[in-house]
Amino acid sequence: MAFISSGYNPDKPMENRITDIGPRHYAEFYPPVIKKNKGKWLYHEILEPGIIVHVAEGGDELYTIRCGGCRLMSVSHIREIMEIADKYCDGYVRWTTRNNVEFMTDTKEKAMSMKDDLLARKQPGGCYKFPIGGTGASVTNIVHTQGWIHCHTPATDASGTVKATMDVMFDQWENMKLPAKLRISMACCLNMCGAVHCSDIAILGYHRKPPMIDTEYIDKMCEIPLAIAACPTAAIRPAKVELPDGTKVNSVAVKEERCMFCGNCYTMCPSMPLADTEGDGIVLMAGGKISNRIDAPKFSKVVVAFIPNEVPRWPTMTTVIKKMVDVYSADANKYERLGQWAERIGWEKFFEKCELEFTHHLIDDFRDPAYYTWRQTTNFKFT
Amino acid sequence: MAEFKHKTPLIDQLETGPWTSFVSDIKREHESRMANPKGIDFQFEVECCDDLLGVLELSYEHGRTHWKHGGIVGVFGYGGGVIGRYCDQPEMFPAVAHFHTMRVNQPMGHFYTSEYLEQLMDLWERRGSGLTNMHGATGDIIFLGTSTPQLEEVFYELTHNINQDLGGSGSNLRTPSDCMGESMCEFACFDTQEFCYQMTMEYQDELHRPAFPYKFKFKFDGCPNCCVAAIARSDLSFIGTWRDDIRIDQEAVKAYVGGEIPPNGGAHASRDWGAFDIQKEVVGLCPTGCMRWDGSKLEINTPECTRCMHCINVMPRALRVGLDKGCSVLAGAKAPILDGAQMGTLIVPFIKVEEPYDEIKETVIEPIWDWWMEEGKNRERLGELIKRQGMQKLLEVTGFKAIPQMIQEPRSNPYVFWKEDEVPGGWKRDINEFRKYHQR
Repeated sequence: MAFISSGYNPDKPMENRITDIGPRHYAEFYPPVIKKNKGKWLYHEILEPGIIVHVAEGGDELYTIRCGGCRLMSVSHIREIMEIADKYCDGYVRWTTRNNVEFMTDTKEKAMSMKDDLLARKQPGGCYKFPIGGTGASVTNIVHTQGWIHCHTPATDASGTVKATMDVMFDQWENMKLPAKLRISMACCLNMCGAVHCSDIAILGYHRKPPMIDTEYIDKMCEIPLAIAACPTAAIRPAKVELPDGTKVNSVAVKEERCMFCGNCYTMCPSMPLADTEGDGIVLMAGGKISNRIDAPKFSKVVVAFIPNEVPRWPTMTTVIKKMVDVYSADANKYERLGQWAERIGWEKFFEKCELEFTHHLIDDFRDPAYYTWRQTTNFKFT
Repeated sequence: MAEFKHKTPLIDQLETGPWTSFVSDIKREHESRMANPKGIDFQFEVECCDDLLGVLELSYEHGRTHWKHGGIVGVFGYGGGVIGRYCDQPEMFPAVAHFHTMRVNQPMGHFYTSEYLEQLMDLWERRGSGLTNMHGATGDIIFLGTSTPQLEEVFYELTHNINQDLGGSGSNLRTPSDCMGESMCEFACFDTQEFCYQMTMEYQDELHRPAFPYKFKFKFDGCPNCCVAAIARSDLSFIGTWRDDIRIDQEAVKAYVGGEIPPNGGAHASRDWGAFDIQKEVVGLCPTGCMRWDGSKLEINTPECTRCMHCINVMPRALRVGLDKGCSVLAGAKAPILDGAQMGTLIVPFIKVEEPYDEIKETVIEPIWDWWMEEGKNRERLGELIKRQGMQKLLEVTGFKAIPQMIQEPRSNPYVFWKEDEVPGGWKRDINEFRKYHQR
């Protein structure tokens, strides 16, 4: 491969440099029917799972087909999306805030012929390239993170856990039979990039061992006070350590019984790695939501303290998720989100119905606010 | 079929099942690069997809990541936009020894034409791995994997040929993002795309050159359904709302009651929930009980409505948001590190969203930045500064008046601070004066 210059001159790096131009203006990419009817939409209807029609004041219609996307996408896959957009949608396409792909067209006929085409496109192993669904009271795409594909702090993989979960949840993706929408999110460490803290069900990578300390390098690689300040439980203090050769170096000491393995010190200091084959795994959370519909947004709560990383398909994790979804689906009222249902029946009933073991790990012990999560009433149900 | 250097028996198991497979897709890209029917002179490792699958397989074997800590790379003039990444087994996987991510600022609403995507894909196929994320959780187009020498080349082509900039990373304003808003949704209370675009352009310097104590995010939701999750995922959340009556089409309400229109736009169609019952499904679920249905007319007591969207969501053809629209602003959302997760706290109940947005910039965004940039500690999110110095301090620096809408409930502890000038006589007192009336 011979280097081909773009025109950039490394000898004069600031010459001809264009900066601060921002993104392209969105209106360049609006389909004509959107350009014409923006702000004039009257109502919408979901015609069938994955297919929506929006109707504008003047009667114009916009048909949208929502397809699942992996988020991690190749240029080849995006080219295939472009080919479909060219064939049916005059070259227009959009992505959703949950990384689904939406093809938009102005007639029902075009939408239906596109649907057949999309569902016929399969990958060599038989997976759909463009599964249709994710609308209404369904399980839609899983907001997720980088995992072992690209990040340095994960405790689990993102793309793999998501594929495993969506395969198990596929029937809920292509149907709208739940009491309300059910959002699943995934984050590979508790930095919680994405939506884990506010989802109906959340998959969270977690460590269970304190960091190792690369004593010989720590003072060279790390700003030690930053590593100390990175700890939510103040488990880290500065320390002088003698290396085997007798040299004294500046390092840190970790009070292990005070460490809860968040990994934030490693984020700040490369000499404190903590990833571990047996120690790392999955925490499951439940009951969060973002919308203000009926009641306020809610944080998700930890309901399973640990499930091991069972590669490549995490069967225990997906079984527990499916059980929660099935029990919620059978028990909740129409329009009731998972968190609203759990609060109505009481979390003790949630654990009983979902057959989840309640362990001490689930009781909050982080600072003052922990008290407010304990039960200051005699009102409870026997389970 | 192209050859694969690495055996990947574990991740190969993710090539079956109905959901679209990222493993199959990465393999497809490998095959495309090896076949190279267009004769592209690849500027990044041809075998990168194969090596990426190899690294991933090794991570599946070990249950641990194989990316080295950190990585500081970028383009001149900017302090962010590129996430450096290096493999910790570069001899085994030389084609991903460098594997940096470039964040490309997405067009608002994630609308595209294939013509524009073609330009981006051509560029990334030639100068990068051919792998992307569509999209990063903050909104950016993610170019996943290239080498350091290609960063300037990609940036040059992006800006010169595609008129397209990078997004944000680091302690700065991150790439703002929005819901689809007025473009496709009848619930939108302001033009999320235009507001998001204008703020992105207004604060380009803050986005490209980190000047903050820590990261800062804007998100724009057209209504309280929060489809871009502004309330949970942005330091300043702009969420559309209205102040006047919900518009009611009584004939359409009757059509819902008569079963002519499916409730909630047909969102529950795959299951038999029985006939639509307006009393049970709408009036009875209204959180404030401000609705009344007498069998022929639906009434909403507007001053009692908290605009939760439920009734509008259930009957989109009969109920519409009001006409006096604007947005609420909430501040401080963040993930758990360090002090615990936060959702946005209401700081401005209602403000008009009108170009050129001066009122929002001058009375909300910039006073908050002035305060946080001065007072925020290293790596302290706005939400944590509000916790540390108090809501009252936020009010003081912004000039917002304390109002009951800002709280869920008044404090229950009586540890109330008073300012000296609020108390008659002030705090300077003479013990001898006190002793004249109170013997020791």
